[in-house]
Amino acid sequence: MRRRQSYKGVVAAAPITIPYERFSIHGAHWWIGRALRALAEQAHLKPADIDGFSVSSFTVGPDTAIGLTQHFGLSPRFLDHLPLGGASGVVGLRRAARAVQAGDADIVACVAADANHVDSFRRTLSTFSRFAQDAVYPYGSGGPNASFALITRDYMNRFGATREDFGRICVAQRENALAYPHALMKKKLTLDEYMGARAISDPIHLFDCVMPCAGAEAFLVCTEERARDLGLPFVNILSTIERHNAFMDDPIQYRGGWVVDLEEFYGLAEVKPEDVDLLQTYDDYPVISLMQIEDLGFCKKGEAAAFVRTRDLTYRGDFPHNTSGGQLSVGQAGAAGGYLGLVEAMRQLCGLAGANQVKEAEVALVSGFGMINYDRGLASAAALLAKAS
Amino acid sequence: MTEPLVRPKRKDPLKRTRLPLSPPGARSRTALGLATAAAQGRFMLQVCQDCAKTIYPPRDACPGCFAPAPPFCDVPDGGVLLAVTTIRTSTDAYYRERMPWRVGTVRLDCGPSVVAHVHGDCAEGDRVAMSLKLDRSGQAAAFALPARETPDMADDKQLREMTCDPKFRRALVTDGRTAVGQACAKALSEAGCTIVFVGIADAWKPFPGEEALRKTANVEIVPLDLTNSESVGDLAADIGGRVDIVVNTAEHVRPGGIMARKGLVVAREEMDVRYFGLMRLAQAFGPALRFRGADGVNSAAAFVNFLFVHALANWPEFGAYSATEAACLSASHSLRAELRPGGVKFINIFHGPLETEWFQPLPPPKVAPSALARSAVDALKRGLEDVFVGDIAQDIRERFLADPKTLEREL
Amino acid sequence: MAGSDFSSADLLAFAGAVASGAVRVVDLTQTLAPEFPVIVLPPEFGQAAPFRVEEISRYDERGPGWYWNNFTMSEHTGTHFDAPIHWITGRDLPDASVDTIPPANFVAPACVIDVSRQCAEDADFTLNVAHLLAWEKEHGEIPKRSWVLLRTDWSKLPGRAYANMKEDGAHTPGPSPEAMKWLVEARDVHGFGTETIGTDHGQAFHFNPPHPAHRYIHGAGKYGLQCLCNLDQLPPKGAIIFSAPLKIRQGSGSPLRVLALVADE
Repeated sequence: MRRRQSYKGVVAAAPITIPYERFSIHGAHWWIGRALRALAEQAHLKPADIDGFSVSSFTVGPDTAIGLTQHFGLSPRFLDHLPLGGASGVVGLRRAARAVQAGDADIVACVAADANHVDSFRRTLSTFSRFAQDAVYPYGSGGPNASFALITRDYMNRFGATREDFGRICVAQRENALAYPHALMKKKLTLDEYMGARAISDPIHLFDCVMPCAGAEAFLVCTEERARDLGLPFVNILSTIERHNAFMDDPIQYRGGWVVDLEEFYGLAEVKPEDVDLLQTYDDYPVISLMQIEDLGFCKKGEAAAFVRTRDLTYRGDFPHNTSGGQLSVGQAGAAGGYLGLVEAMRQLCGLAGANQVKEAEVALVSGFGMINYDRGLASAAALLAKAS
Repeated sequence: MTEPLVRPKRKDPLKRTRLPLSPPGARSRTALGLATAAAQGRFMLQVCQDCAKTIYPPRDACPGCFAPAPPFCDVPDGGVLLAVTTIRTSTDAYYRERMPWRVGTVRLDCGPSVVAHVHGDCAEGDRVAMSLKLDRSGQAAAFALPARETPDMADDKQLREMTCDPKFRRALVTDGRTAVGQACAKALSEAGCTIVFVGIADAWKPFPGEEALRKTANVEIVPLDLTNSESVGDLAADIGGRVDIVVNTAEHVRPGGIMARKGLVVAREEMDVRYFGLMRLAQAFGPALRFRGADGVNSAAAFVNFLFVHALANWPEFGAYSATEAACLSASHSLRAELRPGGVKFINIFHGPLETEWFQPLPPPKVAPSALARSAVDALKRGLEDVFVGDIAQDIRERFLADPKTLEREL
Repeated sequence: MAGSDFSSADLLAFAGAVASGAVRVVDLTQTLAPEFPVIVLPPEFGQAAPFRVEEISRYDERGPGWYWNNFTMSEHTGTHFDAPIHWITGRDLPDASVDTIPPANFVAPACVIDVSRQCAEDADFTLNVAHLLAWEKEHGEIPKRSWVLLRTDWSKLPGRAYANMKEDGAHTPGPSPEAMKWLVEARDVHGFGTETIGTDHGQAFHFNPPHPAHRYIHGAGKYGLQCLCNLDQLPPKGAIIFSAPLKIRQGSGSPLRVLALVADE
């Protein structure tokens, strides 16, 4: 197999978050528009200057990316629509980076946004995928809570993880969220409160679940040179991977596709897990964060629970993790949830994080996971980013 | 341990009847193959004919070798329950009022993992028997059952949603003059029906078995003449709100082809008893059944119809009768769709010649009325939709599925 | 009746008598209803259709301002008239179907033979010549062209007792072959009427000849009436019967309204 090539000279710039709202009367187009406007203002760009556009959204229908070009007055020469849920951010980044690197585009606007109306969640669930429609939703219609409950149960049975272990992740993230201005959850969470929360779909309890909301996240991908010309904050891309539907013969999911490409992932970046200063996992449920901590090489398979027991996961701690509070505390704005960790990592590496700033953050690992099409998440992706040198 | 059902109290007349809702019923066309299996009580999944891979959820090509359209085949139903969750919050209105609800992941011995409804007597790590049930939307649903029968197993709250178990329900057998009607009354009574209303037309005409019928536990004789709209309407006005299972045992078997018959008198009688009788019953009892689909432990559950198997393919020796039965079969499909919003099943029990007077000259094999009644009760208990009772019915079905034109020539 | 001594003034006087009640009109007709028994033949024979009714509309979406029904039945359902053509013995007679019978034949006097006491004791009561002679001894000879109506009070029985079907067939009263032959040949009656489902005895299949009422009446071009009621309101003699069947082309009989006109002395 041919080796991947370096991303040298290509950067991710201008991290943008449009603050989330629990429910919003606005549609996805409105949120995408706000993100584009924020990018344009920061980079002093007109629509015509943006020659690449990558979008992720569950609620933009019946439009796709092509319809959005007309909607927003774009005339891009690179266009991408990535319905990859939690993997959207990393995958959007790596495709845009290759386009810029190859000269197919100069500036790619990467945007993820979703609307959240009162009934959006139910509608999205029932039509999420053919397999969900045929083989999951009719079974109690518990949505992802039920699907991840089964994965969580199996993980607990298999590796001895406990609810307290999941609780540690949630409690630390809530602490991070208290220092992040745009988090929807602004009330301190104790482990006792976590343990005492009502059951949603055993063993998933209330604080294991993300809150669906509306919002947008965005960034630009361009050459380092261009970013400097525009005076934009940016990060270097050290390495990225994506892998979908890995380990399809596992009877139930306990690992993700990162494992397949891990050696190459760190090899290309020329870093090791211990060099990583902050980790942004995709945290739709805490068990998935534990899985990523294992599968991304921070500990052995099955040992993540023990690992988090001995680490401080807050932005002040020895293992800063989901430093803005993650989706568990910020909220899950649909596909924007797949951008949340990436945009937060960019802020941290650019020194723009504010109260939750991790000190001396040089290297960040961002991981994406998504699309529980039937019984497991299919998409996995990860990126290693470095502070601009 | 399943908590045994308690006989429901009489309904509080001040209480509004809960309207029936359906669980999510949208399915891909390919997934409808599961409903075909569930309707017959078979456990079938797609099996690739090229690489022998067993496939679930249903796909349009084999994920092992891309072979197109893998067919549904009977597969072993054993498996291990890997994980269970009890859902307590649902976005769906049907499930919302039935919380909590157990689902689990089952690794089948034949390969795939299946997310399934889980019987209360199944625990993580247990061996289970996977089945396909028709849920209240009429669609197939995987249901993990204990590998071995457990006490009061049928009373499981989730399982009972998928079945039409006669226990504590009230049935109407529409014609108690027939041997089949009398056998059904007995079988339903034994299966736990609290009342078996048995319709008798022309009470002035005595009939064999009357004495035994009247003595059968829980049987209540009611006047009912399926050829008389007024009679059907009158009975529905009296007991329509108290009938949870309708079992149509009306029969009018007469031999002969179409040309062999002189005139239409007999044909009209056949149509009147069978086809129009079915329509009268459906019009009089159907709306209340559909309305009461979620009315507690003894909610309305099913409409059972017996059909001569030559409804599928005409047997000229009983040519006119076969045609009548074909009309009833067609009507049953409409009624099935019309009852579906109430979660009420329409069960067709197909049979060949019976051990009854009008099939007397025919050679064996013939189906005893008691066997037919047993099949009907079994279909109710398992929540089936299509049942073929006896060797002849099975044989005709096989031949029909193989090629209807060939079967026409064979008959 | 068509004699020159009868004037239109007499007819008007008759109408006045009906209106005043001096002439009673007695309805001898059972109500047509689905549950009313019809004759049952062995199942391999064709069967007479019972009365059935289907609403066309009833001030509803099928017809907002009106109510009407379709009904179906056989020619021999409910209180009905038997034409000679009904029986094989009458098949070749002229004017023997309901549409061709001279209309004057729908009006005729009646003799009412009361055997209700005997029938109450014996469902198989058979009317013999002796019974008829006994009646004549009291009431005089049965005039030619008279209906002979057999009062059994059977019409007062509930459904099951009325049909009185047993494993060996129906057990209902009726005439013997000799009685029927005598009525037709010796008295030249207009027809024979009963309260039971048929003009014949319930066991008449076993008589010799079988079904004598049908055989002799229709063979001689006479008429039958069955499923009558209210015969107990008629005098033994003197009532006039109005019994016009529907005009069905080649009809073998027809349900009808049977009225008796009685002038109380």
